[in-house]
Amino acid sequence: MLQVDISDALSERDKVKFTVHTKSTLPNFKQNEFSVVRQHEEFIWLHDSFVENEEYAGYIIPPAPPRPDFDASREKLQKLGEGEGSMTKEEFTKMKQELEAEYLAIFKKTVAMHEVFLCRVAAHPVLRKDLNFHVFLEYNQDLSVRGKNKKEKLEDFFKNVVKSADGVLVAGVKDVDDFFEHEKTFLLEYHNRVKDASAKSDRMIRSHKSKICFKFEPFFLKVSELFEKTRKIEARIAADEDLKLADLLKYYLRESQAAKDLLYRRSRALVDYENANKALDKARAKNRDVLQAETSQQLCCHKFEKISESAKQELIDFKTRRVAAFRKNLVELAELELKHAKGNLQLLQGCLGILKGNT
Amino acid sequence: MATSSERSPPPFPDSEDQDVLDTEEVRGRDSDEDEDLFGSPSTSPVTGMDTTLTSDVSMKPPSDIMNDPLIEPMSSQTENKPASEPSDDFFDLTNNVSVVAAAATKSDDFVDILGSETGAQRGEVVKADVTVEATIDKSEVTAGITDPLSQQEAKQTSTAPVIDLSGDSQPVTSKIANPLVDLFSDAPPAAEAKKPSSANVDLFDDEEGSDIFAEPLQTKPAKQLQKSLFGEPDEDVFGEPLGAISKKPVPKEQKEKSVTTKVTAGGPLQDSKPANIFSQAAASTPSVTSTVNSKSNGVHSEEEGDIFAAEATVELSLDSPRNERKKEAIAKPSAPTPTSLPAAASLTKPQPPALEELEEEEEEEEEDKFDIFVSVKDPEKIGDGMNAYMAYKVSTQTTLPMFRNKTFTVRRRFSDFLGLYEKLSEKHGPNGFIVPPPPEKSLLGMTKVKVGKEDSSSTDFVERRRGALERYLQRVVNHPSLLQDPDVREFLEREELPRAVSTQALSGAGFLKMINKATDAVSKMTIKMNESDVWFEEKLQEVESADQQFRKLHALVESLVVHRKELSLNTASFAKSAAMLGSAEDNTALSRALSQLAEVEDKMEQLHQEQAANDTFTFAEMIADYIRLLGAVRGSFDHRMKAWQRWQDAQSMLQKKRETEAKLLWANKPDKLQLAKEEIAEWEAKVTQYERDFERVSATVRKEVIRFEREKTKNCKRQIIKYLECLLQSQQQLIKYWEAFLPEAKAIA
Repeated sequence: MLQVDISDALSERDKVKFTVHTKSTLPNFKQNEFSVVRQHEEFIWLHDSFVENEEYAGYIIPPAPPRPDFDASREKLQKLGEGEGSMTKEEFTKMKQELEAEYLAIFKKTVAMHEVFLCRVAAHPVLRKDLNFHVFLEYNQDLSVRGKNKKEKLEDFFKNVVKSADGVLVAGVKDVDDFFEHEKTFLLEYHNRVKDASAKSDRMIRSHKSKICFKFEPFFLKVSELFEKTRKIEARIAADEDLKLADLLKYYLRESQAAKDLLYRRSRALVDYENANKALDKARAKNRDVLQAETSQQLCCHKFEKISESAKQELIDFKTRRVAAFRKNLVELAELELKHAKGNLQLLQGCLGILKGNT
Repeated sequence: MATSSERSPPPFPDSEDQDVLDTEEVRGRDSDEDEDLFGSPSTSPVTGMDTTLTSDVSMKPPSDIMNDPLIEPMSSQTENKPASEPSDDFFDLTNNVSVVAAAATKSDDFVDILGSETGAQRGEVVKADVTVEATIDKSEVTAGITDPLSQQEAKQTSTAPVIDLSGDSQPVTSKIANPLVDLFSDAPPAAEAKKPSSANVDLFDDEEGSDIFAEPLQTKPAKQLQKSLFGEPDEDVFGEPLGAISKKPVPKEQKEKSVTTKVTAGGPLQDSKPANIFSQAAASTPSVTSTVNSKSNGVHSEEEGDIFAAEATVELSLDSPRNERKKEAIAKPSAPTPTSLPAAASLTKPQPPALEELEEEEEEEEEDKFDIFVSVKDPEKIGDGMNAYMAYKVSTQTTLPMFRNKTFTVRRRFSDFLGLYEKLSEKHGPNGFIVPPPPEKSLLGMTKVKVGKEDSSSTDFVERRRGALERYLQRVVNHPSLLQDPDVREFLEREELPRAVSTQALSGAGFLKMINKATDAVSKMTIKMNESDVWFEEKLQEVESADQQFRKLHALVESLVVHRKELSLNTASFAKSAAMLGSAEDNTALSRALSQLAEVEDKMEQLHQEQAANDTFTFAEMIADYIRLLGAVRGSFDHRMKAWQRWQDAQSMLQKKRETEAKLLWANKPDKLQLAKEEIAEWEAKVTQYERDFERVSATVRKEVIRFEREKTKNCKRQIIKYLECLLQSQQQLIKYWEAFLPEAKAIA
């Protein structure tokens, strides 16, 4: 049994420190329960180590959590501090509260995404046994992972370019397996769609958020109160939509990217295997280096088969997971929307009643 | 003559003295009037009229003004119910003549019935009122003045006041020698005396005038009686009229003594009768009109009610000076014979104030139930290119008797609306009325329409404008005074209107208007008004701040609309991509759910769009309306300020003239002195008139602002309720959509 969660998080200037709490009965841990402090970079390191490990080529690597982005709200907070003199006290406290709420929301979201990553890894039948993962969970000192330097980043960039170019080449290869063929086309389209949808929902939510920032003069006290309240509700709707819809879509954007990567790896392996087959045929024809060719062909075949086997399972899992996640989120979204709409309705009715009552 | 008027004794000490003398004896007053009426058959021609003017004026016009409002409450206390019945009959008479006519015309007719010559004189009476003292100098006073008699009379009158002065006003005696000082001492009380009643002046121009005119006569005798202690022969002249009226036996010998004077004295008296009748009629007509009108259209009555209330207060506070006259009248046996009708008229006076006050309250409620609804429909583009214009169908639905039909429809173009506003604001603006402004001309919007693009922004624009025009017209017809305006009626009823030229933004007239506005703005900045009335100061500030708040709010609502539109756009694009995602999804249930989500988002987009329209039409437009209206309110404040400025200017002018007079007096130049005196009289008249104007404008502005605020609260509330109901509906819609979606989401397996 392995249970991982993030019990606490601490924001320090530009760093966020997560307290990763683990409960386990696995024998290779010294204790049953322990906590370590980890930073975002360490999560990335863990993810990269998975990606680079050939062993895991046949699995969908859980997508790495996005970088915590507190810049915007931190900037706003700073502006607020500067503008303190020019605002009335009420305005100031109100703005401050709003900003704090916003900050808290982002913070929670970040924590949640890091947690999801760890949970996915911990739930994965193979990845959970990874040594790096165990180190990540147990080693109570700084892992001293440094961020990638420029050279490495450049390398990464080239790798990516090569990979995508290769991906285009490989994509043209007709797959032997219909399942994978289908999955590939689906994922390609799906990825694009999700990307689109997530961008659109982002925009929708953003405009939802911004539209409501208007104050009402104290001319009709009751009405202004109402507007204030509806404004808050609208803000909540926006936050919930953000959480349920946009985050879901974003997560599956990354997840589908991971699945695409898996398929790429498989296609790569397939191409390698075919090349190895060709090389073997050639070697046999020339009767030279036959053994070497045979072993490499066998290796490729093995690799490809392994990837195919695990990938099939992974993709099916991915699908069920996705459906479940969408279901959960959509139901929650609908329920929340309903809740807010009803709240809004009640507010309006109350206000109308008061207005009509005192004629 | 002018000098004599200047020397008129201060009214206050006088009246106070008399006030001590008596307390009740209210009835007498009525009989007094009865007699006036009674005497009317023997009316003498215009010459008499003229003399009345002089004597009246030279006597104490201020005290008159003070006095006459009193009549009504006094009598109201004594004789009430029974008296009202005959009066009703009486009114019926007038009603028959012209039921629909406005108050002023009614009184006219009434006078006509009683005495044909009064009609002719009436004009003069009115004039006399307007420039009380100035009339003397003016030629209008009729050609017949040349009468030696009248001159004699005039002389006598001029002397009489002097005696009066010495006789009963203690402080002034010494000042007779110095007319200038006299003048000064005279002016303030006069001004004071006028104030209380000035509120009415506006509406009852003619009535007031005749009152002022007629009453002096009655007061005069009263005073003379007291002064008869002095036994001067001049007083006989005045005593006689009294005698003539009351048929009192007392001054008979005197009458015989001075036949000549009698004639003239009688002249004024008789002349005054029509006027007097008229005054009574006038005083009572308001009640007629108000009762009639309030039932039929409730239009005029509010104002009148106010006036009556104002009068009532004045009367109560000053009732004592009134009584002497009554006492005196009582002493005389009132002629019982054919007076019944006029008497009834005079008796009705008690009724109005009481009735009026009741009605006033009712009217407050009745007011929004105006039986007139104006709608502006079917905007239609007429013509092509840059000469194209929009015409709107203006339909009126009403049960008001002032309109010929119950429903009627006319076609009006936008500039007609503007033209109506121009006319109304020209006529009523200076009087302090808040004339509802129409929507502004919009070159950009109109050009778009003219170019003929059938896009959403131009239909949006036309719809907005249509709504604004409708609200504007409804506001105009809801205004009790503006509805009475013939231009409004014409606008609603007449098939063809002369084209309004001056409303074109780029025409020469428009340019002139711009210049005028600029100069107005400059003068507004230069005028420093030391506000005497706290109420106005506060209101002005309130209006200013409300204006600012409305502007802020308007900007906010506009940005809200922009945001909402943006939201609806983004929602639409999300809906599309959600649908695409749904089609790409290979899990059927999820795919369905996603396309459902897309549908929901689609509907949400529609909701947002509707909401945006709602924001614009019910909310933003209302706010825009009020920004315009507040501008009009400020305009009425400006008009008040202008009236004040005019008054102040006249006052300083008068001051200057007096200084020149003093200089002339000192330099001993009698020939120029006369001229200077005339000028002073003229300016004094102007000062009083301007002051009254100012008071009147102030009163109107005050009433208008109160009315505006009441309307505003009501209107805003209605609109906000409407707006919230829209919001409510869209929320309900939203709930429905999401509820429909929920099972779909749950069905994902």
